[in-house]
Amino acid sequence: MKIRLHVNGALHEVDVEPRRLLSDALRHDLRLTGTHVGCEHGVCGACTVLVDGEPMRSCLMLAVSATDYEITTVEGLAQDGELSNVQAAFKECHGLQCGFCTPGFLTTITAGLRDNPSPTREEARDMIAGNLCRCTGYQNIVAAVLKAAES
Amino acid sequence: MTTKLFGEKIKRVEDDRLLRGLGQYVDDLMPGALEMAVLRSPHAHARIVDIDVADVLDLEGVYAVYTYDDLEGTMAQPLPLLIPHPALTHGRTQYALAKDEVNYVGEAIACVVAVDRYVAEDAVARIRVDYEFLAPVVGVDAARAAERLVHEDVPGNIAARLEQEVGDAEAAIAKAPHKLSLDLRIERSASMPMEGRGTVARWDTDSHRLQVWSSTQTSTGLRAAVAAKLGLDLGQVDVMTPDVGGGFGVKIVHPWPEELLVPMAAMALGRPVKFTEDRREHFVSSAHEREQVQHVDVGFDDEGRLLGLSVQLWHDNGAYTPYGLIVPIITSTQLLGPYKPGAYKVVFESLYTNTVIVTPYRGAGRPQGVYAMERTMDAIAAYLGKDRTEVRSANFIQPEEMPYDHGMTFQDGRPLVYDSGDYPASLEKLKKLVGWDEFEAFREEMAALGRRVGIGLACYVEGTGVGPYEGAHIHVETSGKVKVAIGLTSQGQGHKTVFAQIVADELGVPFEDIEVVAGDTRRMPYAVGTFASRAAVMSGSAVALTARMVRAKAIRIAAEALEANEADLEIVDGLVRVKGTPAVNLSLGTVAVLSNPLRYAFDEASKAATQFTVGDPGKPPVAEDDEPGLEGRDFYSPERSTFANGMHAVIVETDPETAEITILKYAVVHDCGLLINPMIVEGQIHGGVAQGVGGALYERMAYDENGQLLNASFMDFLMPYVTEVPESIDIDHLETPSPLNPLGIKGAGEAGVIPSAAVFAAAIEDAEGIPIRQMPISPSDLFELRNQPVVEPDA
Repeated sequence: MKIRLHVNGALHEVDVEPRRLLSDALRHDLRLTGTHVGCEHGVCGACTVLVDGEPMRSCLMLAVSATDYEITTVEGLAQDGELSNVQAAFKECHGLQCGFCTPGFLTTITAGLRDNPSPTREEARDMIAGNLCRCTGYQNIVAAVLKAAES
Repeated sequence: MTTKLFGEKIKRVEDDRLLRGLGQYVDDLMPGALEMAVLRSPHAHARIVDIDVADVLDLEGVYAVYTYDDLEGTMAQPLPLLIPHPALTHGRTQYALAKDEVNYVGEAIACVVAVDRYVAEDAVARIRVDYEFLAPVVGVDAARAAERLVHEDVPGNIAARLEQEVGDAEAAIAKAPHKLSLDLRIERSASMPMEGRGTVARWDTDSHRLQVWSSTQTSTGLRAAVAAKLGLDLGQVDVMTPDVGGGFGVKIVHPWPEELLVPMAAMALGRPVKFTEDRREHFVSSAHEREQVQHVDVGFDDEGRLLGLSVQLWHDNGAYTPYGLIVPIITSTQLLGPYKPGAYKVVFESLYTNTVIVTPYRGAGRPQGVYAMERTMDAIAAYLGKDRTEVRSANFIQPEEMPYDHGMTFQDGRPLVYDSGDYPASLEKLKKLVGWDEFEAFREEMAALGRRVGIGLACYVEGTGVGPYEGAHIHVETSGKVKVAIGLTSQGQGHKTVFAQIVADELGVPFEDIEVVAGDTRRMPYAVGTFASRAAVMSGSAVALTARMVRAKAIRIAAEALEANEADLEIVDGLVRVKGTPAVNLSLGTVAVLSNPLRYAFDEASKAATQFTVGDPGKPPVAEDDEPGLEGRDFYSPERSTFANGMHAVIVETDPETAEITILKYAVVHDCGLLINPMIVEGQIHGGVAQGVGGALYERMAYDENGQLLNASFMDFLMPYVTEVPESIDIDHLETPSPLNPLGIKGAGEAGVIPSAAVFAAAIEDAEGIPIRQMPISPSDLFELRNQPVVEPDA
């Protein structure tokens, strides 16, 4: 069926089966491959996108149910070509290694810092406690959250 | 810019792209490719009576379905046994698609290619297989009992038995003043990268070439396997490694069935074909590691000095042995750690079970070996009533004894000779870092509050940088940009950054002008792969040697052009200049133009070059011993492995009621030789420690007696989130340079995970006063242990 998706400020019309996951529609129909799929059962958080600003697992959402929302993917975080504070802090703090889980962390933290711009270390840990990373051991991701909050 | 970059915390060049969501992992490539789904065995052990695919092609959008009967030529043969060994008398490998029998839940039986993955999975559901069930063998105990066989032609389920002995261990133990025996167990975990396996292939019908992109740790290995299996010349196959979402060992295995089936289908259909593994598939059809049962007999003197050590290992290798005996050989040799064992005997049996194959996962047998040795050290200390660090000190190889020859054969078939290390100095650092000497006061302080704490330490030596070789190719373009190609692949280690640091220093060019490509067989067709913490040592050394070669050529050409002595020239910031007279210079881009007698004036460098003449007019334009171009290719091949080492200590708190285990402090002292980029090394340690925490406290593969993996999802297989890892890790480095390579480096990738099972067992034992003999340990396990009657089985 034909649906409209509002992604990163642009309107897209796509033809999808009702069963198509939002993650697949973003990745394969819109070619926004920055959203990654790590488990397809909502646990790892790699596929997290912002749905009207709120972090959601795009592997647990059908594309057809996303039509009325404004969706932001990792590709939409940089403004005017400049890395966002969160992205820049990840680079500064070595908050990523293989980069596969990173987009989900970036979207999650972007929303988290909007709601709580000055988190304590404990709150920073809490903010990312629903996302899995197998490379970094999280130390530098927590540092990146605090760094981004500073800037 | 003359600042040396080696040793600096340079920010990664990889990051910008990855942070913008512009990384290119396999599944991001080749939009519109057909997609493959695989029918996998739901049974751990069964004979395949019949496969009915009649309905499959009726489904709209399905292009092909394959079973074993469709495989031709060498594709119909078993997959390669990558690393044969004389002791592997009963090596077995699976077929790309099962022939007659399946031996683990998840084994590939058939595959479908369709317009997308949804349709492909629909089609797979239409395949009907009749099975004749066979009794499965699950776990080391069942394999040893051998009441049932995994492979009917493998007696006792024994794939291999290997014995190594230095001295007469049994006699030494018999004569020793004190003796102990320990029975130990360690369970399965897995690499579990966030990106699973994936492959996409395109057959170019015009040029008759096959292009394969795979999420692999070895592009050259995969290339050779694909060519051999599909009957192609090596020169017809290119393998490219795109961004890889983590490896940790599992992606060194090659070829996976899908890595052959995808190109096979792409060639047959004349369309690009892709396979992207889902998470459940990764659990049941990639690889696991770690499960071993161990028995240690040790004899020692009053100081706790080892006089004789005899170790028996029963290693669960899963259903097949594509990766040979690497894991148990590493366990049996690296078990020795920083210690002199006295007489040493080790025997292992590698056993078949009806479970997923076992191949290296970060650490690759070392965590098990360290666990056996460090549990033994702690048991000796407890027996003698000595401080655990004293017993270790009594057994350390001393710095002046380096290089130290254990008289054994290592995984690479070379002598087990340690190159460097200062273990007493490392231990002193660790004791300070963790507060070893102050711990008893802390314990009392906590006890007064009703809290229970324990401290543990564990030491390891890690053979890294195994051969046989790696290479590099460096090309200076006429723009002055430097293009570097290494053959091994990257999975997040920051190779593009650290190797650019080396080139910047060696060649004297700006860091920003250097671009590194990894794992593209078009650019570097000879390479081995990324495993055994070898990338920095092997490719780093190859990059340095190649940069020196290119530098020498640049100096030679520039000396001629500038009519200067080579010895008077230096390269700084991409300019070859006369020392002390920097105004007399040539850019490397111009030197690149001069290196090639064919000089079309495409760019400024070419125009600049017209002022200079090089070459002897009496000789051919390209001299006999020369080549056109400012480029070079060189290889590094070490005589033997380097040996990094380290020590971890942890302080844990155990809840007296709930048995919850909390990490209060984690300390790491680490000697990986000279550090190229401390930021990246520390990142490797952080990640390794987190995986170690997972392996010690949370992760296990829960197989039931039928061989079903009950926890094949991230819901049930408990990988650490941020809430499970230590809040901070105290790290100290000791840098004893390796004498074996031009940069003095040793490798760091696996270090963080190696001592984890040992160090947590030690700390929990210390907190609880209960011998810990099985890892991982969950709060429920600990709760159960507390309620078991006390036995003293060790003495």
